[in-house]
Amino acid sequence: MIKAEQKPMDEILGYIESYNKILLSGCGACVTVCHAGGEKEVELLSYSLKMARKKMGNPIEILEITPARQCEPEFALELKEMVQNVEAVLSIACGVGVQTLVRHYPNTPIFPGLNTTFLGETVIHGIWEERCQACGNCVLGKTGGICPISRCAKQLLNGPCGGSSNGKCEIKKEADCAWQLIYDRMKNLKQLHKLEEIIPAKRWGIESRDSGLRRIVREDLKV
Amino acid sequence: MKAGSNLEKILSRGIFAVTGELGPPKGNDVSVVKRKADLLKGYVDAINVTDNQTAIVRMSSIATSSLLIQMGLEPVMQMTTRDRNRIAIQSDIFGATALGIKNMLCLTGDHHTFGNQVDSKNVHDLDSIQLIDCVRTMRDNGTLLGGEEKIEGEIKIFIGAAENPFGDPFEFRVIRLAKKIRAGVDFIQTQCIYDMNRFKEWMKMVRDRGLHERVHILAGVTPLKSGGMARYMAKNVSGIIIPDEIIDRIVKAKKPAEEGIKLCVEQIQQLKEIEGVHGVHIMAIEWEHMVGQITEMAGLLPRPKVE
Repeated sequence: MIKAEQKPMDEILGYIESYNKILLSGCGACVTVCHAGGEKEVELLSYSLKMARKKMGNPIEILEITPARQCEPEFALELKEMVQNVEAVLSIACGVGVQTLVRHYPNTPIFPGLNTTFLGETVIHGIWEERCQACGNCVLGKTGGICPISRCAKQLLNGPCGGSSNGKCEIKKEADCAWQLIYDRMKNLKQLHKLEEIIPAKRWGIESRDSGLRRIVREDLKV
Repeated sequence: MKAGSNLEKILSRGIFAVTGELGPPKGNDVSVVKRKADLLKGYVDAINVTDNQTAIVRMSSIATSSLLIQMGLEPVMQMTTRDRNRIAIQSDIFGATALGIKNMLCLTGDHHTFGNQVDSKNVHDLDSIQLIDCVRTMRDNGTLLGGEEKIEGEIKIFIGAAENPFGDPFEFRVIRLAKKIRAGVDFIQTQCIYDMNRFKEWMKMVRDRGLHERVHILAGVTPLKSGGMARYMAKNVSGIIIPDEIIDRIVKAKKPAEEGIKLCVEQIQQLKEIEGVHGVHIMAIEWEHMVGQITEMAGLLPRPKVE
């Protein structure tokens, strides 16, 4: 799922400093799971912002809502009435959710309250790690199900660099070397021979973000 | 001959090769290049020119290599995939060969966060093995990577790469070497060797697969200047192993720098005896003036003139 973290309070206060009444919108999907933008975080952030503004002698009124999925038009439209009653919206959904509101509310300033960080999984409660960069052509079938594009600091496709030491990455000592994980898994599965194959240069410019705006069209689903 | 470089001629005749290393200046001061080049002249067959090593911004490897040629020395231009996509890589290879550069070392490069431009966006469009494949395609097929279009002119490059027998997972290191050979590498320079037992074990794995007959392996050495340097490298540089007895020897020496040189010479002599080692790569970092003495003591002088 998408992982995110709250922006620094000063940055958020800066975005909304000229407004006296805003809507704070969370999201009931990914950012709820990573405890960054769910109903609970909306309540906490709203309280903190009101306190801060009160201290500055410039109180603010904040309406609160947490649609099930801010990135879906039907849920984004649930905000319509509230948006009409405020000067600006602060969204603590991911960057996708923020832009869904922007698309539907052209006349209202919309600001992000989170930094969207990565596509990742929960390692243990309270720790999330990146697992996918949405490169557009999944290599997991060749790398033992472990992604070197998201998990190797140099995105190496053909084996570890010289900085892999005792299973760890030289860039971040707390991070496992992706190629050590790949090697261990392939060895365990008795498929080491598969790592002898050279993975050719990836087609970043056709398959990935580098190709420009990526879009999926499913004619069978269009209405 | 693939490129006809001095290094290629030496290696193809079975002569034990010696390469050195030159770090370009952190600016455009040509006198720094000249000073270091003069210190290496006559003692090595070719000089590696690093490409913004440890991600510190320096004079470009291509420009520095070109200056070395003007000074009558042969460069091994290092190129990393950290800072260039395949457009820039291939364009730079056109330019480098036009300037007379005949040897190239294909590297992934040190991660940008080690350097002085930590906010930069790293590229890694290709990895080092794909870079080898790219250069080989340009040289042997006369086309660009993934293209049919013929290159105007001929790309003559003796292709090198690095290998680190001290990185993990150890057993993968030989698989990786085999991949580099299949991609088209002609010579390998290793990370600096202190753990001779591990290196010998690696070379045995190399020989068991017959790889030593398909690529020239130059063993890397770096003389230790002080006990502090030995301790620092052992503790902080991933992929370098320095056994305790070596650290102790340098730390306890009355004159650590002299001991470091002596140790380096002993290492070269041991390396010469290992089957499949075709040369030595001396990385005397900011200690270039010792290369003459090291090569002299190791019996590597005079360097042969080959035609």
